[in-house]
Amino acid sequence: MIVSNLELVFGKKIKNHLGVVQGSSVRAKHAGRDIMAGLKNLVGGELKGYTELLQESRNEATERMIEQAKSMGGNAVLNVRYSTSSIAAGAAEIYVYGTAVILSE
Amino acid sequence: MTAITQFVLLVLLLAIGYAFGRMAEKKHYKRIINEEKEMNVLPAISTRLPPENKIYEQQLVLGSVVVANDYFKFFTASLKSLFGGRLNTYESLLDRGRREAVLRMKRQAQSLNAELVFNVKYVTTNLNGGQKGAMGVLEIFAYGTALTPSHK
Repeated sequence: MIVSNLELVFGKKIKNHLGVVQGSSVRAKHAGRDIMAGLKNLVGGELKGYTELLQESRNEATERMIEQAKSMGGNAVLNVRYSTSSIAAGAAEIYVYGTAVILSE
Repeated sequence: MTAITQFVLLVLLLAIGYAFGRMAEKKHYKRIINEEKEMNVLPAISTRLPPENKIYEQQLVLGSVVVANDYFKFFTASLKSLFGGRLNTYESLLDRGRREAVLRMKRQAQSLNAELVFNVKYVTTNLNGGQKGAMGVLEIFAYGTALTPSHK
């Protein structure tokens, strides 16, 4: 499965467009991380717990998108875009979408 | 009495924030500048269409970082926002965050032996969920397509 935010694949032709596929994931931080982050907030800098949380969340959303593309019979997702929105103080939604295509040599 | 303790606490928080925040920022900038020099061999480009003269393998690469201001900067920024104008403290925070996110993305590209990162996009999100008066916690996320020369 090729996942890319370009609109083409080198050396291959797009045989068929299957439409937009998407994946999303909403995650909240657990309390322990929240307290640590609160302390870290005092001195500033990177909040590693949150960075990891959002990375996991993003991987999950991407996995879901890939699953959808597979179920449609696609072998690549092109022109992938990510967006993040903060829906509550402790939670963020990660949304990823792209175009599922069938590639041929 | 309580007013005095509150004042002392505020001064203490400001002092801690100032001392550690400043130290951390200096250290971070030093590291960013060094790593950027190292990573100059692997340019990240925001052009949409890749070069056509060579065959590459492509893969999505991501880099993200969640950053927050220290208490001193938060305090001075909220004072300053009464009068308006530039908020340098937030500018430097976002600058650091963005450069760090791009470095992480490039590191991932480097592990794939990539030559270029194409079509770089940035996403910035405020993670405090629209709470008023809350300290800004920002996520900065950069992504692009790593191009590795193909040997097929």
